[in-house]
Amino acid sequence: MNQSAWDLFWSSLGPMVQGAILGTIPLALASFAIGLTLALGLALMRLSRLGWVSGIARVYISIVRGTPLLVQLFVIFYGLPSVGIVIDPWPSAVIAFSLNVGGYAAEVIRAAILSVPKGQWEAAYMIGMSHRRALTRIILPQAARVSVPPLSNTFISLVKDTSLASVILVTELFREAQQVAAFSSEFMLLYLEAALIYWVICLALSSVQSVLEKRLDRYVAH
Amino acid sequence: MSPTDPIDPTDPAGPTAPDAAAQSDALLRVRGLKKSFGPNQVLQSIELTVGRGQVLALIGPSGSGKTTILRCLNGLELADGGTIDVAGEVSLDFGTPPTKKQLAALRDRSAMVFQHYNLFPHKTVLENVLEGPVVVQRRPKDEVTAEALALLDRVGLSSKRDSYPFELSGGQQQRVGIVRALALRPQLLLFDEPTSSLDPELVGDVLRLIKELALEGWSMVIVTHELEFAREVATEVAFVDGGRIVEHGDPKQVLRHPKEERTRQFLHRLLFPF
Repeated sequence: MNQSAWDLFWSSLGPMVQGAILGTIPLALASFAIGLTLALGLALMRLSRLGWVSGIARVYISIVRGTPLLVQLFVIFYGLPSVGIVIDPWPSAVIAFSLNVGGYAAEVIRAAILSVPKGQWEAAYMIGMSHRRALTRIILPQAARVSVPPLSNTFISLVKDTSLASVILVTELFREAQQVAAFSSEFMLLYLEAALIYWVICLALSSVQSVLEKRLDRYVAH
Repeated sequence: MSPTDPIDPTDPAGPTAPDAAAQSDALLRVRGLKKSFGPNQVLQSIELTVGRGQVLALIGPSGSGKTTILRCLNGLELADGGTIDVAGEVSLDFGTPPTKKQLAALRDRSAMVFQHYNLFPHKTVLENVLEGPVVVQRRPKDEVTAEALALLDRVGLSSKRDSYPFELSGGQQQRVGIVRALALRPQLLLFDEPTSSLDPELVGDVLRLIKELALEGWSMVIVTHELEFAREVATEVAFVDGGRIVEHGDPKQVLRHPKEERTRQFLHRLLFPF
């Protein structure tokens, strides 16, 4: 690689990292937090004995998983204004990503709750717990352990999917890359550079995942 | 036993010896209990009485309904009909589905020891024992902790207070299960095949503990396959088959000289498996 390419690499690193820190990462964190809350609610709805309650959750999950994220983003940002609802790029992106994570993580959480043996519910009821208390104190802590690996996957996917927000004008890592690339025409270099930064972020996340797994595994035989 | 003894079962009144007076003053009275799973009627019409300080052993082939009886007593299964009365304080008629409050009151009177222990794996031994009394019953944590440690000490597990269940043997886990039940200060202890998932050499410790509790005056219902244990510890044995109590009475009489042919067949199969 020649000197000018290196110079471009280093000079564009600043804006891209800034895009990651101000755009990609907060976007992913906010969407994941909201999405997980939504997912827990949907998972509990799916497990409800009331047919219509679980039906609503089922339809929601089916729609979210059955339509492209890019299309969901476009509907919210470019579609809703035609019915009089105008939402800024950032909140549009957070809404789309949260709804998306909610749909995917709901199935993970549901499966994790179901993976806790029935005897745990019974022991909780036996000591006098209500359904809600059994869920929060006995079942969910055990479900959390099971769901860390699949939820980490969801989160890592989300971090990469935030690059889609560039198409609705959110300033984040990939949009920075596109802007620099447009001026310099060094597409290969700059997009590889963007890819490298995503990779580094995901590597960091993977190590957070393994720390979390170890922590939650302290009460399980190995 | 002093009134402050942590496992005084009928605190503060103190345990009552099983005698004729206790018989009439039944702790548990079950009448006409029915339960179906779909088209399958697993309990036909169960009648049971357990006096204060008495030990009822339920024996019978698997699938006979004996575990279902026990689970109905703790509200883990809802009976379809019949009544359960505990100490004249809680009286449930399953002709109509019980309210949450009624169910809570029923569970409050009894505590169950499970075949597979069902300890909470994400909590330490001590936390397992404290969870019910502190979180549910809202008793003072210091007081309950002292009581729990005394109970753990008694079953030889005070050194394991900070261990997680997976670090314990089956026998140790089941003793924690028993301590967890005792710490709830129930009036009635329910044992669901407490030694069935233990290695043979670990069965003795657990049975010995249950026997001690029986001698101290705890009222119990025990589902068991340990006939020798039932004969020695129970004040009454009931043979359950096909969702009915086929015969019940004095342990020696039922186990040695059963009146019913079905009881005889069952005992014979158990005593001479091959």
